[in-house]
Amino acid sequence: MSTDTMALDARRHIARQIRWRPAEVIFWLATLLPFVLFPTHLVLASQIAITALFALSLDLILGYAGIVSLGHAAFFGLGAYTAGLLSKHGWGEPLSGLVLSALVAGIVGFAASLVIARFRHLALIMITLGMGLLLHEAANSASWLTGGVDGLQGVKMWQVLGQFRFDLYGYTAYSYALAVLFLSFLLVRRIVHSPFGLALRGIRENSVRMTAIGASARAHVRKVYTISAALAGVAGALLTQTTSTVSLETLGFQRSAEVLVMLVLGGAGRLYGGLVGAIIFMSARDQFSGITPLYWYFWIGTLLVAVVLFLPNGILGGLARLRWRRR
Amino acid sequence: MAIVGVLFDGFAYGMLLFLLSMGLSVTLGMMNFVNLAHCAFAMLGGYVTVTLMNRLEWPFIATLPVAFVAAALASVLFERTLYRRLYRASDLDQVLLTIGITFMSVAAAAYVYGTVQQPVQLPSYLRGYVTIIGVNFSAYRLFLVGISLVITLVLVLALERTRYGAQVRAAVDNQRMARGLGIDVDGIFAVTFALGSGLAGLGGALAIDIVGLDPSFAFTFLIYVLIVVSVGGLGSIGGSFAAASLIGITDVAGKYYVPELGAFLIYLVMLAVLMWRPAGLFGRR
Amino acid sequence: MTGAAPPVLATRGLCKSFGSLVVADGVDLEIPAGARHALIGPNGAGKTTLVNLVTGMLRPNGGQIFLGAEDVTAAAPEQRVGRGLARTFQVNALFPALTALEAVTLAICERNGVARCWWRSIAGFTAEIDEAHAILASLSIASVCHRPTRELAYGHQRLLEIALALASRPKVLLLDEPTAGVPRSESAELFEAIAGLSRDIAVLFIEHDMSIVFRFASRITVMVSGRILVEGTPDEIAHDEQVRAVYLGSRHHG
Repeated sequence: MSTDTMALDARRHIARQIRWRPAEVIFWLATLLPFVLFPTHLVLASQIAITALFALSLDLILGYAGIVSLGHAAFFGLGAYTAGLLSKHGWGEPLSGLVLSALVAGIVGFAASLVIARFRHLALIMITLGMGLLLHEAANSASWLTGGVDGLQGVKMWQVLGQFRFDLYGYTAYSYALAVLFLSFLLVRRIVHSPFGLALRGIRENSVRMTAIGASARAHVRKVYTISAALAGVAGALLTQTTSTVSLETLGFQRSAEVLVMLVLGGAGRLYGGLVGAIIFMSARDQFSGITPLYWYFWIGTLLVAVVLFLPNGILGGLARLRWRRR
Repeated sequence: MAIVGVLFDGFAYGMLLFLLSMGLSVTLGMMNFVNLAHCAFAMLGGYVTVTLMNRLEWPFIATLPVAFVAAALASVLFERTLYRRLYRASDLDQVLLTIGITFMSVAAAAYVYGTVQQPVQLPSYLRGYVTIIGVNFSAYRLFLVGISLVITLVLVLALERTRYGAQVRAAVDNQRMARGLGIDVDGIFAVTFALGSGLAGLGGALAIDIVGLDPSFAFTFLIYVLIVVSVGGLGSIGGSFAAASLIGITDVAGKYYVPELGAFLIYLVMLAVLMWRPAGLFGRR
Repeated sequence: MTGAAPPVLATRGLCKSFGSLVVADGVDLEIPAGARHALIGPNGAGKTTLVNLVTGMLRPNGGQIFLGAEDVTAAAPEQRVGRGLARTFQVNALFPALTALEAVTLAICERNGVARCWWRSIAGFTAEIDEAHAILASLSIASVCHRPTRELAYGHQRLLEIALALASRPKVLLLDEPTAGVPRSESAELFEAIAGLSRDIAVLFIEHDMSIVFRFASRITVMVSGRILVEGTPDEIAHDEQVRAVYLGSRHHG
């Protein structure tokens, strides 16, 4: 009966990889620390949580399905403008705003995915870049709708759940953003550990072979791209709701590039990579906010070169390798 | 402005894009290396020209070869130390490394020259207009088109007629087979990469009078160059030439006749071409 | 041809050319159920091209492909897999970061149509995991099934190629040089595993080692320059003058 025990062992082995680890529980408990340790920095903490959600959405397509995107800010910006426009025109209820923003970003994401799924390599990079730039240009020229370079003014949010007003200290903002981040994380974690998540990794590893085992890689790509776009839209909407403004910069190439940097810094394809990357990146930027933005970019550039050359799987990948070596 | 004038301005602008993008197209076609720092080398050429003219009072024309050589040398330095390690790495790693280098170069340029536009004073014979059959042509743009056409001719002849050219074509066509035939693909690539970056440096110098020069050049033009490369198809000089002309004319004509569309038009053209032919107009892969 | 049952796989007048290079020139092939059919021929004869045409990775310029009675000439590659056609690759085409068990489980999930499911944990799909494990065990690689594919020994990777193809429960299995790169001493062992496959599966294999071909094949097709030169039992092929000419090096055949 040894094959039976081995088969059981196989089930257990797979189940073990999916179980919650102690480090994960500690991580999420630690996200509550800012309330106690840095009560004056809750606004920053909420920005980090929002950026982390954005990075998480990118991880789904880049880290898992292996689709490089240089235009993911398009969906972030779509969510941001949707939430902003809703509020400006009289509907400031945050939760339904999130849902609608996710819907708009998801629908546009689905439309984009019909194109995206057909491309790879340089053409894919160009298509994502091109769509991002196109949307940025569109928002810029449609200033009657978006406010153009001045940004969207007059965003007024109602209370969250009819109870919690967005306060100056960011108490509500952080609680709200963190809750949404955590719920989204649970969703992404489930997706990653589902058969669909396994199929995504299959596409990343070898899309030709996916076809040869009977998979429609394009259908999978369309689906994950839509989900990722919707999540990015939620992140954008959160930014609008917690800051009460929308700037053209939410759609910019810079935002697409930065989120890529964060994800890669933390480690793509590892669930927590985007979160860790966002925490480090945003905290560092806050620390160095005194220096000219241009010099800040010098250090980002250096960081990118260093990560590619010395830390190919990001910080989390490096840590995993250290632990593996010590065993 | 008559339609001829618009077309000519667009074509001149296209020739500038051609000089800037040709090198990237060939290196991409040969090594599949996504070098997003290409325009950082172009920017270097621009700053070399500005420095030589404004600090050492060199004549404009004399600075051009120096811009070419400086960009070529700098690119060799990067190729030997950094790029070389990533030839077999993923697209993503190449994108990240070269975006990183671009970020650094932008910051470095801002540190040395500030973020203001750099002025250049063209020699008198390149200023003003030349009238041909009743149409005014900018002297500088005529000069630009002339240089570009001469370079295109030299490149095409070099590729078709010389031993080096045959090796480059073989390497672009099928790298593995070229290696099998005993061609030193890495060596050929290093030379081609240097030449391509040198041309970009020359393009950067020539671009100053038309689009200005500030540290953001490395990013703004990167986008144009990538559009030209992907529309034209990798590794094809003819493709780059056609795509650069198309994008140049579309951009100038679009901004003249339908200014409210802004940069919209060229992105649309790019998306349309890629939807129709994912490998670009002249691409085979 | 004997019996009334249609062949599980057939091609009729299959043509393909790249520019002026003709790689398949009117290929007619019939594989009956349960066959062990070898496809041999010199390098460049168009054997792999034929596999690519049959599986849909290349589009033919002319001719038809049938799976059972159904014309699948226009079907997408993944649809053909769904209808019982699986293949392996001459050069390993695996999922380097996935473990062998994950890879085969994935293939089974794709077959069952549950790979679309994103709301349930993979750990709950015990039937799929068990089946994947059974396939790996049948090919004697269950002991390394928790290791990432890229860390597996080359011979194990060749077996995983077959395991992935079997996971789609094919009626026809196309093996493109399953022993490519495997030391001669191990290749016979690998073919024992193939010979042990269920007789419900028809196997078409490309192979260069003639001792293996003559030991395992029930029928042999010889291809030269994109054409079928001759087809017959191992005995017929062994005594065929044309085949001899080809294999003894006088290749002036058009």
